[in-house]
Amino acid sequence: MAQTDSNASADEVPEGGVVTEDPADHSVWPLWEVFVRSSRGLSHVHAGSLHAPDAAMALRNARDLYTRRNEGTSIWVIPAAQVVASDPDSKGGYFESAKGKAYRHATYYTQSEGVPHL
Amino acid sequence: MSIKKPELRAVDSPNQPITQDAHEAADDARVGWEHFQQLMEEDKRVEPRDWMPEQYRKTLVRQVSQHAHSEIIGMQPEGNWISRAPSLKRKSVLMAKVQDEAGHGLYLYSAAETLGTSRDEMYQQLYTGKAKYSSIFNYPARTWADVGAIGWLVDGAAITNQVPLCRASYGPYGRAMVRVCKEESFHQRQGWEILYTLSHGTEEQKQMAQDAVDRTYGPALQMFGPPDGDSPNSQQSMAWNIKRFSNDDLRQRFVDMIVPQAEALGLTLPDPELKWNEERGHYDYADLDWDEFFSVVKGNGPLNHQRLAHYRAARDNGAWVREAAAAYAAKQADATRGSALLSA
Ligand SMILES: [Fe+2]
Ligand SMILES: [Fe+2]
Repeated sequence: MAQTDSNASADEVPEGGVVTEDPADHSVWPLWEVFVRSSRGLSHVHAGSLHAPDAAMALRNARDLYTRRNEGTSIWVIPAAQVVASDPDSKGGYFESAKGKAYRHATYYTQSEGVPHL
Repeated sequence: MSIKKPELRAVDSPNQPITQDAHEAADDARVGWEHFQQLMEEDKRVEPRDWMPEQYRKTLVRQVSQHAHSEIIGMQPEGNWISRAPSLKRKSVLMAKVQDEAGHGLYLYSAAETLGTSRDEMYQQLYTGKAKYSSIFNYPARTWADVGAIGWLVDGAAITNQVPLCRASYGPYGRAMVRVCKEESFHQRQGWEILYTLSHGTEEQKQMAQDAVDRTYGPALQMFGPPDGDSPNSQQSMAWNIKRFSNDDLRQRFVDMIVPQAEALGLTLPDPELKWNEERGHYDYADLDWDEFFSVVKGNGPLNHQRLAHYRAARDNGAWVREAAAAYAAKQADATRGSALLSA
């Protein structure tokens, strides 16, 4: 079980579901993404999503849905429609510049092996 | 692998002029297909915005939404006992458990929604009776002991089924299952403890526990689905890394687990053929009543009608609340817009 919601990284966030709602049409409750801070000192991590008519209800529902066992000390809710995501199809190209740049990692530098505290 | 090639009809169709768009679409499908194949071969996760075969998407929407519906309908047999729980402690436990099941339903609906089917559509499918849910919930919980038997055997079978689903190839489904599995373990234990208390009480209480186990055992074993020979979709689901073990394998695993648990309860499982098979290293068990199973699936279980009627009534009776909340949200949004205009 390598994947849990509690260690999903922030770049996985916008799985957002279908945002078919017209924001002006309040008869369909919009989708909200929920982020939970599990304890002080940690960042908020995506926990899941839910539907709610407004921000206040989204927060309350998030509390009841995602923190029934003390999983959180703070919650953020964000309208799913507001999440801006990178295009998954351009995966290769978009993240290309980080690849082939091993010199950005400490492990690239091997001469100092055996030298203490380096 | 028996995975079908993606449909490239736009290009294959002889009577249609091949347009630039069709070329591009076919190209996208080919690249998407190769990427999908690679994910399957490397046993990696598919995420919502990845290209996926239409049949994979459909299979998942069906499976995940059915799973969600089962959690929602599954609240009924136990919810029925909340007001009649024998003590305040038992009542608190049962409320927490039933609330968890509502949560499981919501996690799963969210996961299904990422596949492009809206929440309202799924609610509608359940409401109209178009959607299926697990047949086990069409049986009544007759006595307090049934609440114990449901926790121990029904949640127990669900856990056995759900643990491998934590590794399902579709990311949001797997993540929902991780959350669900974390919460399920208390469900099974509290059920087992209800039965333990009864089986160590008066003769009458022990008999009540035994009767509940006798009623629940067969239908709980059927929760894993029909025997492998009669489960045509299983193979495809396994090729897609959605399902990891066959129905019969999971059922066997469950039987092997509950035999010693029943012994610890001092209760018997209602199967005279149940015995340890040294050679196989498993317990042998008798064939289940599959005619009954398919009859319940078709809608002829003891409570199919009542379960759906109750769901509809709950949804109908709650309509004014949803409408009021939506109206309030619209009014607040208008007020905000109005004051923004004034201050501009
Ligand atoms: Fe559940
Ligand atoms: Fe459960």
